[in-house]
Formats: sequence, C-alpha cells, structure tokens
Amino acid sequence: MSNALLEVTSISKNFGGVAAVKDVSFSLEKGEIVGLIGPNGAGKTTLVNLVTGVIPVSSGTVLFEGQDVTRQRPFEAARRGLARTFQIVQPFPAMTVHENVTAGVVFAANESDIEKARSIALDHLNFVGLGKEVDRPASALTLPSRKKLELAKSLAMRPKVLLLDEVNAGLNTAEVEGALDLIRSIAQRGITIVIIEHLMKVVMSLSTRILVLHHGELISQGLPDSVVSDPKVIEAYLGTKYLERRKIFQGAK
Amino acid sequence: MKNRRIAYFFFAIWVIALASTPWLANNYIVKIATFLAMYAAIALSWNFIGGFAGYPSFATGAFIGLGAYSGALLQNTGWFAPLAWGAAMVIVVVFAALVGKVILKMKGHYFAIGSIALVEVLSHGASSWSRLTGGGEGLNVAIMAGGPDFIGKVFLFTMIVIMLMAFIATVIVDKSRLGFGLRCIQQNEDAADMLGVNVMRYKLLAFILSGVFCGGIGAAYASWVAYISPGDSFSILVTLKAAVMVLLGGAGTVFGPLIGSAVFVIFEELIWSKFLDYHQGILGLVVVLLIFFLPNGLLKIKWSR
Repeated sequence: MSNALLEVTSISKNFGGVAAVKDVSFSLEKGEIVGLIGPNGAGKTTLVNLVTGVIPVSSGTVLFEGQDVTRQRPFEAARRGLARTFQIVQPFPAMTVHENVTAGVVFAANESDIEKARSIALDHLNFVGLGKEVDRPASALTLPSRKKLELAKSLAMRPKVLLLDEVNAGLNTAEVEGALDLIRSIAQRGITIVIIEHLMKVVMSLSTRILVLHHGELISQGLPDSVVSDPKVIEAYLGTKYLERRKIFQGAK
Repeated sequence: MKNRRIAYFFFAIWVIALASTPWLANNYIVKIATFLAMYAAIALSWNFIGGFAGYPSFATGAFIGLGAYSGALLQNTGWFAPLAWGAAMVIVVVFAALVGKVILKMKGHYFAIGSIALVEVLSHGASSWSRLTGGGEGLNVAIMAGGPDFIGKVFLFTMIVIMLMAFIATVIVDKSRLGFGLRCIQQNEDAADMLGVNVMRYKLLAFILSGVFCGGIGAAYASWVAYISPGDSFSILVTLKAAVMVLLGGAGTVFGPLIGSAVFVIFEELIWSKFLDYHQGILGLVVVLLIFFLPNGLLKIKWSR
C-alpha cells in the first residue's frame, strides 16, 4: 500500500454500450496540483463524478487515505474531505451568499454551532474576495462572483482534495488571472488540487503534474513539459501548432 | 428577532382564543375552532415536506386515512381512545418510513404522482379488505360518552394539542441543522448532496414529520365523527387544501401555514358554504390566482412598495 492520498485503480464506467471511462488508474500525493486535460467528451467530468460517488463505478476501486471508498455517496465524500466544484455553478439561489458558504461549514466540516459556522464562512468569503457581497442572494451574483462563491463553498468543506471542474470557463482574461492567484493560495494551504481546464496557459502555470484523458482512456501522465511534447497528446488534443507556439512564447520570455 | 417575538405573542393569543370558545360561543363556533386547529396542524405537517424540502407531496391524504382506520380499528377492539390515537401516530411513522424510502427517490412531478398513487392504493385497500375495514360501507366507531358539549371540548383540545405539537416541531426544525439541510435540498438537491447533506435521511425525516401529526388527526377525526369510509378518509382534496394553505401563507416559514390555514378556513366558512355547487371550482380558481399573483405567500409580500 502506497501512502498516496487518493488512489484510483483501473476504474471504468459504461453507459450502456458506451465506455465513458476505461480502465483509468492514477494517484494523488498530498500537496500536488494535478491538471486533468483532454478534448470535450473525453470523460473528465465523469471521472470526477466517479471519484466523488455521484455515479457508481462499473469496475475498479477508489482508495482515499488508504480506505476503500468506491461505493461512497456524494455526501460521504464531502464529509471525508473530497470536495468538488461544478462546471456549471450550483449555488442555492434564494439563500444569501453567507448562508451558501455556512452550509458547507455545517454539513461537510460538521460544525454544529451555527454562529461559529457563520463566522468561519465569513473568513472564507473574505479570502475569496466576496466579503462585500455576503448578504446578497446568490442568484444576484455575476458569473465571476459565482465562481468565487463556488470556491468559498468548497473551502468551507475543509477539503483535503479539491476537484475543480473548469472553474475558469466563461471568465475573461483578467478574471482568469484573479482565479489563478486564488487557486495558488488555496494550494498553499496544503490542499491537494485536481484542476480540469481547457486553457493550457492555466494548466501549464499551475500543475505539478498532468493527466490526459482521451475517449475515456488515460493516454499520458507525467510532468507538464514531457506531457505536452508527447506525440499522443499532441495528436489527440493539443494539435501540432501548440508546440510551435509554445516554443515562440518561451523564446520571447 | 423582534418580529418573531410579536408573532409568538399573537400565536399565543390565537391559541387562547380558540381554547376559550366553548365558554364564550355556541357549538357552531366551537366546531369551526376545532377545524381551525385541525387544518393548522395539517398545513404545518405538509410544510415539512412541501415547504422546507420542496417536495410536492400528496401523501397527507394517505397519512390521515391510515391514521383514521388504524385509530378506529384499535378503538373497536377496545382500546382507550387517546391510546388508539397515539398508536395510530406510531403506525403512520412506520408506514412513512418504509414508503418514503421508495418514493423519495423520485423527484418533482414523479414524486407528486407517486404520492397520489399512495392515497389511491390505500383507499382501494380500505374498500376491498371489507372483512377488516367494512369496505365501501364504512366503519362505525363508538360515540364517546359525555354529551355533545363535552365531546366538543375533547376534540377541540385534542386538535389544539396536535397543532401545538406540530408547531413546536416546526420551530425546532426551523432552527436546527435539519431545517437548514432541508432548505438546501429545496434549493438544489444535487448541490446539497455534494456539500455533505445526507439528503435521503433528511427527506425521510421531513416525510415522517409530515405524516406523524396527520396520523393523530385522522384517528381523532374518526372518533369525532364516529363513522369513516374510504372515500372521505383518503382524500386528495384535503392534501390539496393543505398545499394551498401553506402556499397562501408562505412555504417553508414557521408562521405561514398558520396564517394560510386560518385565512382559508374562515374564507371557506364565510363564502364557499354559500356556493355549495361551485366550491371546488372556486378552490381551483384560488390555486391558479395564488400561483400567478402570490407565489411566495402572504408572509413574503413586500408591503413597502
């Protein structure tokens, strides 16, 4: 048994005849930031759903801190410290921003004292930069703010592993920069992060390791530089021009 | 909160007013007071599942009917009435726990249809199993001794006690983790699950809470009217009224069901009883108007406009 925080061993998921995830194995060490990339429909979100128990695996095992959690329900994953954000943000729209985050503290981090939970929630909201919007209903927030709310909510769950499913989708360049800083400071708290992302700039600047998924299979994994020059990855996802542009970009630096 | 205190104060006065009717007014008013307490308890019950958790349940009719038959049958085998009412509540809790596990897997319209089926299945059961239930001919329950005035008081106070139990349960749930979790489920069930809310357990608790007091009401009602039949014990109409009352007052609030049920019952007595032929039509119209113009209930109106 290795001392990995999360260890996924040959998990698969079939939807009828379609294999959405095929025999994927990987592990996460504490403190890593791992990028999960791949074309649309590669099975990235399905993989997150399998790991967090949203959908049951067809075969394979998931170990979290050495414990078999393959059959866990999502709320159990949350309480263990496996938090995730959604590609399409999922707030409680009619509740205030403050209540949204308090829910994370109360249910996932198991804080039974509501007043204490509220003050912890406030800390998280200040951390992500929503300190001024705490009393607004979540439905009134702009998209970048909703993404921040999503982050604050998952931080409130006191996670050990945080799976970020396209947190930057729909943000403009300046907003992406802000989100990057935020993700870095979350990592500095010792939280292990898996980031699903299409912007290669983000992936390359954050990740300590990269996993590449294509047609449900893990076609490559390793250090960022070696992964992006892997011919299989270039063919499946990045395209030949990516390497050229990357060379030019690095030369200019 | 200051508003809360005032609301509690008015509620206390309301309860005292209902409880003092036997000494201040005639039997007709006492009967209306009993109905007010009874419907308040039914509306408070429905609020747990329909308001807090946001599940459009029609199972209220099934709980009331099951409570009525359980209480009546136990009483007919010689149980002391209040004991039979308590036992009926226990039976309904067990029933809600078993059935809830299955039908709470459905959501939205599917859940609504599933819960309607529950009422229909029990109703058919009661009319077919005639050796036990008397079938379509109904079931007689021994009339309580003591004369009309005394009986009137007994059932008024029984309904008030059940209403108070439902109200206290509501206040506790509202302030607790359970209430918070149910509100999360109402807003976005998948997100609540992801956030660590044990959604199945919470929904099941809300479903049981929406049944337990109805079981007591059904049983007490059976003793009160001394005759029950499948058709009027398992009534979809009662559930529909409960939902309308809660929506009228404000779903998911503590005082909404109380206000909604009071307005509804008084309205029904004053106006609908004068339009006997049309009153169900008027109920339909009220539902439509409510959804169009008052989707959040009387309590959520912003008066400052």
